[in-house]
Amino acid sequence: MNAPAYNFAYLDEQTKRMIRRAILKAIAIPGYQVPFASREMPMPYGWGTGGVQVTASILGPDDVLKVIDQGSDDTTNAVSIRKFFAKTAAVRTTTRTADATIIQTRHRIPETPLTGDQVLVFQVPIPEPLRFLEPRETETRRMHALADYGLMHVKLYEDIARHGHIATTYAYPVKVDGRYVMDPSPTPKFDNPKMDDCAALQLFGAGREKRIYAIPPHTKVVSLDFEDHPFEPSRTPKICGLCGADDTYLDEVVTDDKGGRLFVCSDSDYCEQRRGAEKTA
Amino acid sequence: MYVAVKGGERAIDNAHRLLAEKRRGDPAVPELTLEQISEQLALACDRVMAEGSLYDRELAALAIKQARGDLVEAIFLVRAYRTTLPRFGASEPVDTGAMEVRRRISAAFKDLPGGQVLGPTFDYTHRLLDTKLAETSPSPSPHPSTVIVRASGRSSNHDVSNETDTEVFTGCSAFAGHDESVSITAAMPRVTDILGDDGLIEPCPPGDPDAPVGDLTRAPLTFPAGRDLRLQNLARGDEGFLLALGYSTQRGYGRTHPFAGEIRMGEVEVEFMAEDVGFAVPLGAITVTECQMINQFRGSATEPPQFTRGYGLAFGHSERKVMAMALVDRALRAGELGEERKAPAQDEEFVLSHSDNVQATGFVEHLKLPHYVDFQSELVLIRRMRAEIAARDEAREAAE
Repeated sequence: MNAPAYNFAYLDEQTKRMIRRAILKAIAIPGYQVPFASREMPMPYGWGTGGVQVTASILGPDDVLKVIDQGSDDTTNAVSIRKFFAKTAAVRTTTRTADATIIQTRHRIPETPLTGDQVLVFQVPIPEPLRFLEPRETETRRMHALADYGLMHVKLYEDIARHGHIATTYAYPVKVDGRYVMDPSPTPKFDNPKMDDCAALQLFGAGREKRIYAIPPHTKVVSLDFEDHPFEPSRTPKICGLCGADDTYLDEVVTDDKGGRLFVCSDSDYCEQRRGAEKTA
Repeated sequence: MYVAVKGGERAIDNAHRLLAEKRRGDPAVPELTLEQISEQLALACDRVMAEGSLYDRELAALAIKQARGDLVEAIFLVRAYRTTLPRFGASEPVDTGAMEVRRRISAAFKDLPGGQVLGPTFDYTHRLLDTKLAETSPSPSPHPSTVIVRASGRSSNHDVSNETDTEVFTGCSAFAGHDESVSITAAMPRVTDILGDDGLIEPCPPGDPDAPVGDLTRAPLTFPAGRDLRLQNLARGDEGFLLALGYSTQRGYGRTHPFAGEIRMGEVEVEFMAEDVGFAVPLGAITVTECQMINQFRGSATEPPQFTRGYGLAFGHSERKVMAMALVDRALRAGELGEERKAPAQDEEFVLSHSDNVQATGFVEHLKLPHYVDFQSELVLIRRMRAEIAARDEAREAAE
């Protein structure tokens, strides 16, 4: 049996070129979902195959890669993806947001502001913001083409009528560059404002659904809302039990069976940097 | 404790070591060889090759071993290897009419040219656990003929009562002399061709042999999908999913009145057009199973009624799969044939978007991944809404 041999960063060069073409198109039409010939990857669909393909296509030998899941470098799937690229591309990896050139993420945007030298790659499960309102792709493509987003506004309005609030707390829809309504992937809506006018290129890869989309640097990204119900990012109104931050997104850790809770920064690097700074100060 | 909640690198490494240990099982029990899997779990290998879309028995056996017998996991392993292989072209269409047949039955005709060849089948076995198999047994003696009907006109130098299938068919393996293959295939025309000669069934959709064939692993699927992509999708699709959908059409959800016109299984030759030499060169033979369903008619004021077709084809001996595939293929043609589309099996986007078990298992199982930041934002909202209602109730009580 011939032992299989794999290319730099796993994907073959033709595939990378195909994906790069899709990325360029996505950057040219901010927020538009570009279909691409997504490959079967050696990790399961729904576990970051889209993000991994985007990262593999833009990764060079000099890049420094950071991978986070739920804001942390130490969650199981982040560890697995980081090891995948360390093994197949032998690139340097880091947990420090500021040191990374490419950051692949699932469900969070780092608290540390990103720079123009960085690319943020999102893993996307369902790229279509209208999918749960209209299951048919043929229909939703038509709706995007006509900028027919009335259904989404009706949904948000019905939330308010029923619950008093817009009941979407993550994957909160945004309008990109005044044209396409886009799913920001299941990041908590707390992170939505970070997408607006972001210095870094933001790329979104959905492997199972075979779509790539992008927000070019310094693009206007607006969370959908109403004049009398303006968008508000939400977080647990506590401070981090480790670093004391009062403006970060917090994870809630159950500490005992008597209602004990510890709230800690979801962005583990940001939290560590703050604690390091405290010590040296 | 915080880190313990997040998992970590060492835990993953240890989990994989534990998996390797569990895969091996009790070291006192001899380890399985790939040959044993390929020979004795042959139908598992066939399914992994069919849904993994890669005709390689050895890799299929390796994948089954590595996956501890979990076939969807094995299919996933094969797919993730297949996707990295370079494409150097498409083969010529395989000719199932020229198949070296090991099994061929028709439920539409009692007797037909070439006869009914049962071949190796579970059909008509009594499903009683055979305790003799619990012990290793000596090799079974060569099996007798499984041909139950032979139409006249069969070449007489084959004495049915003495021959065995193996003898007949090893005699015309992939590159054997053409004479015998021709004599066999000439005696086993496809049932749909027999009906087609009388104009009783719609002709196969006319295909341009030079037209490029779609490949959903190289271009994203768009809707409506052509016949090539529909059949590719179904051929790779999960057997269980297609089985349930095919079954649903039989129970009235998109009924098509099917007959198993013909099911045939055997070896077909794969040829590749080599531009350098200017003719098609044989690459080898593969085992496939084909099912042609004959379904109820269409016709119009100007056209006389004809039977319609549903088609199934898969690698290996995959009979349940190709029968289900043929039912679903036919159901999905509802729009094309002017039938009302109201059942799930007739809904192209629904069927083709959910047939792939590698996609499905990945997305269902991704729910195991941490979702705590999303869950946290839901907690914030639900606590806030509950607090608002509690405050409103308190205010009302105070007012009363």
